[in-house]
Amino acid sequence: MKKRETQIDDPGQRCYAFPNKPTPSMPVVIDETKCTGCNKCVNICTTDVLVENPEKGKPPIILYPEECWYAGCCVGECPVPGALTMRHPLMMRVHYKNKETGEIKRV
Amino acid sequence: MNWEDVVRESGKPMEWPYPVRYGVVNDVDVDVVVLGGGPGGCMAAISAAKKGCTVALLDKAYPKRSGGGSGFDHWLNTPNPASSITPEDCVEWEAVTYKGYSNSLSRYIAAREAYDTLIEIEKMGAKIRDLEDEFKGAPFRDEKTKFLFCYDYENRFQFRVWGATFKPAMFNECLRLGVKVFDRVVATSLLTEGGRQGARVVGATGINMRTGELYVFRAKATINAMSCHQTSWRFSTESIGLDMFKPNITGDGPAIMWRAGVELAQMERSRAAVPPGYEYPSYGTGNWWNTWHPATMVDANGKEVPYVDAKGNTVPVEERCKPKPGQKFIAERSRDPRYSKPAMPSDLAERIRKGEFVLPLYADLTSMPWYERKAIWGIMVGNEGRTKIPVLVNYEAAGFNSARDMLQNYFTVSGEPYPSMDATLALGPYRMEAFGNGGEVVVDWDLRTNLEGLYAVGDAILAGNYYYHACATGRYAGRKAAEYAAKLSGAPLIDGAQVENEKARVYAPTKRRPGKDWIDWKELRFAGARAMQNYCGGLRNEGLMKTGLKWVRDIKEEHYPEAYASNPHILLRVLETYNILTVDEVILQACMARKASSEVLGHFRQDYPEIDPPEWRKWVTIKQAGGETKIGELPLDFHGDLAGNYEAHNPDYKGYLKKKRS
Ligand SMILES: Cc1cc2nc3c(=O)[nH]c(=O)nc-3n(C[C@H](O)[C@H](O)[C@H](O)COP(=O)(O)OP(=O)(O)OC[C@H]3O[C@@H](n4cnc5c(N)ncnc54)[C@H](O)[C@@H]3O)c2cc1C
Ligand code: SF4
Ligand code: SF4
Repeated sequence: MKKRETQIDDPGQRCYAFPNKPTPSMPVVIDETKCTGCNKCVNICTTDVLVENPEKGKPPIILYPEECWYAGCCVGECPVPGALTMRHPLMMRVHYKNKETGEIKRV
Repeated sequence: MNWEDVVRESGKPMEWPYPVRYGVVNDVDVDVVVLGGGPGGCMAAISAAKKGCTVALLDKAYPKRSGGGSGFDHWLNTPNPASSITPEDCVEWEAVTYKGYSNSLSRYIAAREAYDTLIEIEKMGAKIRDLEDEFKGAPFRDEKTKFLFCYDYENRFQFRVWGATFKPAMFNECLRLGVKVFDRVVATSLLTEGGRQGARVVGATGINMRTGELYVFRAKATINAMSCHQTSWRFSTESIGLDMFKPNITGDGPAIMWRAGVELAQMERSRAAVPPGYEYPSYGTGNWWNTWHPATMVDANGKEVPYVDAKGNTVPVEERCKPKPGQKFIAERSRDPRYSKPAMPSDLAERIRKGEFVLPLYADLTSMPWYERKAIWGIMVGNEGRTKIPVLVNYEAAGFNSARDMLQNYFTVSGEPYPSMDATLALGPYRMEAFGNGGEVVVDWDLRTNLEGLYAVGDAILAGNYYYHACATGRYAGRKAAEYAAKLSGAPLIDGAQVENEKARVYAPTKRRPGKDWIDWKELRFAGARAMQNYCGGLRNEGLMKTGLKWVRDIKEEHYPEAYASNPHILLRVLETYNILTVDEVILQACMARKASSEVLGHFRQDYPEIDPPEWRKWVTIKQAGGETKIGELPLDFHGDLAGNYEAHNPDYKGYLKKKRS
């Protein structure tokens, strides 16, 4: 056997021995360029899916995603438009149909 | 950012972000402590504070949105100036529908004071009227009061409201009145006089689910507002929140009551449910019940699936919220022909199988009158607890337009997945306990339990259900608890040994290290759910349930003591698991005590197949005394003369109905 390529992609990249993430793994998504780290979403979260970032002013951390109740209270509380969105897991996305054209789409 | 990103960024595992203070004890002294800050708990706190009491309110989450706090869309059973419906009517339809298994006592109290409660919450800032005249001319609008109604446009006692505005308003009122709010403090036990089971209640303990600190509340009166139990049968390790009908309801209430010797009833009641993990977004699919009633349904080819009345006649869109001749009124939840709303044909599955309607079905709001479309998609979807952002905002952002598009329904004829109208599910292993009118605490005309000093509100009450009921009974119990507290001279005595025992119990999971079997809370809950599915499912008998009880006790006594909590959040989940297993034990014992089958209670026994025999028309009660299970019974009409008893207990109460009567 002879190695045809000898160069490793991304040599600095560390690979961690992570366990599987629980499913759904990301019920809410934070746009870190917009988030001010005010923690209003953390405070309102019904089930402590979100916790404060140990570093003050940084975006909260989604720690217990599988416990999300999907009511979006966190989004309602966020003062920065577009910083926080709630997403239903893929298997729950519902289809709809344009009555005139019959075109079917998914939310 | 999730914890993987944190690790990737910092190169280290993430430390718990809050200070951990296991063992620290905080003493809180108040007149009234309210356990649970849902709508019931908030109203109880408000009314006790208005009576001059010092009040502590605790909740697992932040009470601005906790419990039924994200919203609701219909406020039921409320006699009001636009209606001729009486409190007796409100009680009657439920008693008829549930064949006597509805708690007419708390329902009557709620109907008597529901209008006053609603107006009081409006004054706190909730929106209950169409002040902008958005629905001017709609047949469900009362032009004078600007109230909007649902389900029965003629009898007008079921309100459409902007329910997402309620909880923030009530919470602000709590703060304004100086209620001491302990958010993320979780009640773990009741404290009783001398530490004795069944004695007067003198307060409660709690732990903070972020810091792990212990709280000892000493109070003259204690109010259980922790709602009901759920998730005994349905658990999947990964879609935990998705599968919960109500957030944070894990049987803490009934388990804490049970340990203290409080009398519960109807714990054997449950109903068929879908397997965990099969959920679609609540009220986020096209359908024809509750929030979406009376949405027009069509099949894949655009052919309308008719709404039919109890006699099978087709009901056109303009008639769907009007009682038929011979019907007194329409009540939202009733399937009794006297009060039922028109619905999809009962043989729909059969007709689909034969090809009359082609799957999938859709809800077609586009063809409905503007006011129906706007009410369903906008008020109802938009205020119902999990619809404002998840459905209304998100679906529109994804391109859905209710005036142009039809939303798919996920009806299938096989029985799976959700939502199925197929009867095959009824005998399946997956059950659901708390979806309205479940078991819970027996109360008297003061909404007091069998223990002195302890009151119950909302869904924590036997057969409790609904938002109006939670708010009205909360307001009432707060008043009664305050009156009781005012009669006591000094603060009650706390039993030190009882606190020490509870402290040891609560912190035990933090002191262990992962045990020999490496069992964690999820595995315990999975096992508990399996035991309930296999031994207390759709079809039961004595031998099955005995095995089930043995298995649940094995899990609780042999394996629970292995469960380890690595931080305060996980500690809470471990403690909740103990409560769920405790509730399972109560359910199994109640099911064994009811030696009869019952349609209403969803309790089907192979060894007692006769359905609802007359001698079993009663509630089975269950409590502990001296650590032993005591089974008792309670007549279905234990409330006695409704109006007479209410008047006798509330001679000085002045409200809308009293003024109307005099
Ligand atoms: C999505 C959804 C939609 C609904 N829509 C309607 C509707 O349109 N109309 C209607 O009439 N009803 C509706 N309901 C039902 C209604 O919301 C409930 O009947 C009502 O919320 C009951 O109020 P409650 O205060 O008794 O209990 P909950 O609202 O369940 O509140 C109980 C509170 O206790 C807290 N708690 C539990 N255990 C502990 C503990 N150990 N320590 C501290 N706190 C604890 C919980 O965090 C929670 O905040 C809906 C329910 C849901 C979930
Ligand atoms: S949707 Fe609800 S449970 Fe999920 S993260 Fe937001 S507030 Fe928490
Ligand atoms: S509320 Fe919004 S801005 Fe504040 S921390 Fe959360 S995501 Fe960031």
